[in-house]
Amino acid sequence: MKRFALTAGLIIVAGLILAACGGGAAEFVCEDEIGCVTYGPDEPIRIASALVISGPNADLGLDSQWGVELAIDFREEVLGHSVELQAEDDGCNAEGGQAAGQKIVADPTIIGAIATSCSGAGVPMSEVISEAGYFMVSPSNTAPSLTDPDQAFNDGYLRTAHNDRVQGRAMAEFAISELGVTSAAAIHDGDPYTEGLAQVFADSFEDLGGEIVLFTAVNKGDTDMRPVLTSVAAAGPPDFLYYPVFTAEGGFLTKQAEETAGLEDTILSAADGMISDAAVEAVGEAGEGMYFSGPDLAFGGSFYNNEFLPAYEAKYGTEPTSVFHAHAFDATNMVFDCIEEVGIVDDDGTIHIGRQDMRTCLYDTTSFQGITGTLECNDLGDCADPKISVSQLTNGEYVRIWP
Amino acid sequence: MRERIQDIDFIGLVLWLFRAVIIALVLWGTIAAVIDNPYSTRQWLDFLVAGISQGSMYALIAIGYTLVYGVLFMINFAHGEFFMSGIMTATIFVAGPMGESGFLDRNPILGLLIIALVAVVVSVGVALLTERVAYRPLRKAPRLVPLITAIGASFFWQYFFSGLFGSEVKAFPQIEILAGKVPFLGTEILKTQLVVIVATVIMLIGLNFFIMRTKTGKAIRAVAEDKDVAALMGIDVDRTVAITFATGAAMAGVAGVLFALVFRQVHFFMGFIPGIKAFTAAVLGGIGSIPGAAVGGFLLGMFESVGPSLFLEGLGIPAAHQLKDVIAFTMLVLILIFRPQGILGERLAEQKA
Repeated sequence: MKRFALTAGLIIVAGLILAACGGGAAEFVCEDEIGCVTYGPDEPIRIASALVISGPNADLGLDSQWGVELAIDFREEVLGHSVELQAEDDGCNAEGGQAAGQKIVADPTIIGAIATSCSGAGVPMSEVISEAGYFMVSPSNTAPSLTDPDQAFNDGYLRTAHNDRVQGRAMAEFAISELGVTSAAAIHDGDPYTEGLAQVFADSFEDLGGEIVLFTAVNKGDTDMRPVLTSVAAAGPPDFLYYPVFTAEGGFLTKQAEETAGLEDTILSAADGMISDAAVEAVGEAGEGMYFSGPDLAFGGSFYNNEFLPAYEAKYGTEPTSVFHAHAFDATNMVFDCIEEVGIVDDDGTIHIGRQDMRTCLYDTTSFQGITGTLECNDLGDCADPKISVSQLTNGEYVRIWP
Repeated sequence: MRERIQDIDFIGLVLWLFRAVIIALVLWGTIAAVIDNPYSTRQWLDFLVAGISQGSMYALIAIGYTLVYGVLFMINFAHGEFFMSGIMTATIFVAGPMGESGFLDRNPILGLLIIALVAVVVSVGVALLTERVAYRPLRKAPRLVPLITAIGASFFWQYFFSGLFGSEVKAFPQIEILAGKVPFLGTEILKTQLVVIVATVIMLIGLNFFIMRTKTGKAIRAVAEDKDVAALMGIDVDRTVAITFATGAAMAGVAGVLFALVFRQVHFFMGFIPGIKAFTAAVLGGIGSIPGAAVGGFLLGMFESVGPSLFLEGLGIPAAHQLKDVIAFTMLVLILIFRPQGILGERLAEQKA
């Protein structure tokens, strides 16, 4: 009897101790300003993507999504948990971005998103994401407005793609310092990407002491560019003409500039919207010697060439269809690094991640070594290592000539 | 009753005010542009020539709209696709290979005739197929039905050709003897533009002869006047309607070749905007009237090309050329306010209205 009482007493004491320990773990108090996400011992960490994976621009978005998937494959585990991707479609338009954002913030188990492909989708989505306390990192938005606090910047938005402010500036520097031109004109087509880029180019060109003789626009779908080119000729004619538009309009502008009186000596140039095989065909011989600004695709490094590319080709059966898979891969890894930094792990493996901590960590990213270079995020979410190069069309090939 | 009269007066007043404001704006812009003239006479002439050559294409396409409207009272929104289909096919199968092999530079006239023949045959084929499959079964249906069908047919052909030939831009070869410029009325004009203008004038004269002087043309006019009576007179209405579609499509096919000569670039979506513009030109000139379609096409091309520099830059509006469509459609509104039947449109008889 005595023995039984002793045993019972021991069991009760042991139980109390266990209970005390268990109680200690359950007492995790979330001190984050926005709130915490908790993943149980066997639950995967959940991140989302919202990229354009259908329609005419699917090449762009799928390539980025594959970059995210490969980042997950290569990392295998984050804080001992597997990672699960919820892939949404941004549709490359404002409605798609809005819908994808709503869907993501409706799920409290998602920590954040790699989104969006298109700047037009990024603007409304960053509002939704920001308000709900989530974060998003874009691999391919380049419009300057997204990281401009006077325009569309929202807290929680970051990107690993270059800001077109850098691209427009690079072209202006190249024109003035390398080509030695003094006057220029710029033409856009009303699209936020082309208008932003042309505007930055014009502003930088004037900053650097050049003169912008005309800043004008055409419509998407226009074919007869001679009137607008005649205006350009009448306003200068400028030494340099920059039209960061897409292939169809760019092809017409290039061919007709050659035939417009007064523009014979004007140097023609365009941007990354016209770096493709279709653009080479569209500009034809008239485009020989033309200059193009765009992201420097010369990333390499042994990891990219020896591990990443073979894995990409093995898994998806194609060569990369765009350049932004690298930016998506870096964005995803940046997020994983931050989860590892701010995540609080309980003894049983449960993770607690503060949403504000996550944002702070992402904005504080410094000297992150990615495929696209060394990423440093500023307070407005621009993280890219801005490598812009200028190439010249020579015998139907883009030849990198600057810097 | 009294209130109603007052309402009409009020609307009339607003309309007159609207007309006065637009005219004042146009005058103000024009005067400002003339005083602060940044362009040389030669550049004004360049605007005009560019406008006439673009207008020529609008005119040729507009004829298809007007012919079909005259006969069936239906707006054939797939007409822009007839324009696209011919030249797309001709570029891929004929012009591209002939340009690469150098045949086009050695035998430019023969080469162009073959390209034009292929383009016209394909355009006419597509038009006849569309008419037979999509429009003929609906001829007795309410007017809205064929209109919607036409929009559907337009999408069908766009994505059909996109699927067939790919969605990227295709280059049309430069033809050596057509490169460069020739002197013309104190300025220089691109040889291709001269070809466009001359070809359009020839086509228009030919069409006029066909409609006015041949038996088939007479049949088309009879069917346009009254289908039932024409049938009673022994005219095969179905056949005549098909011929009307074919005629319009042939003109569009030629317009496609001229477009490719000037712009040297084709695309599956290239028919959409010229189609809308040509429809506007047809309405501007008076829909149903063939000379009206021609005049409307030329005028619209010139408004678009001269207008932004003449009216808008004078008002100090930046990026004026982005607003050329605004000019074109404002002109349309203006002309329809003053002449609701269009420039050369006849007053519609009761049965047509």
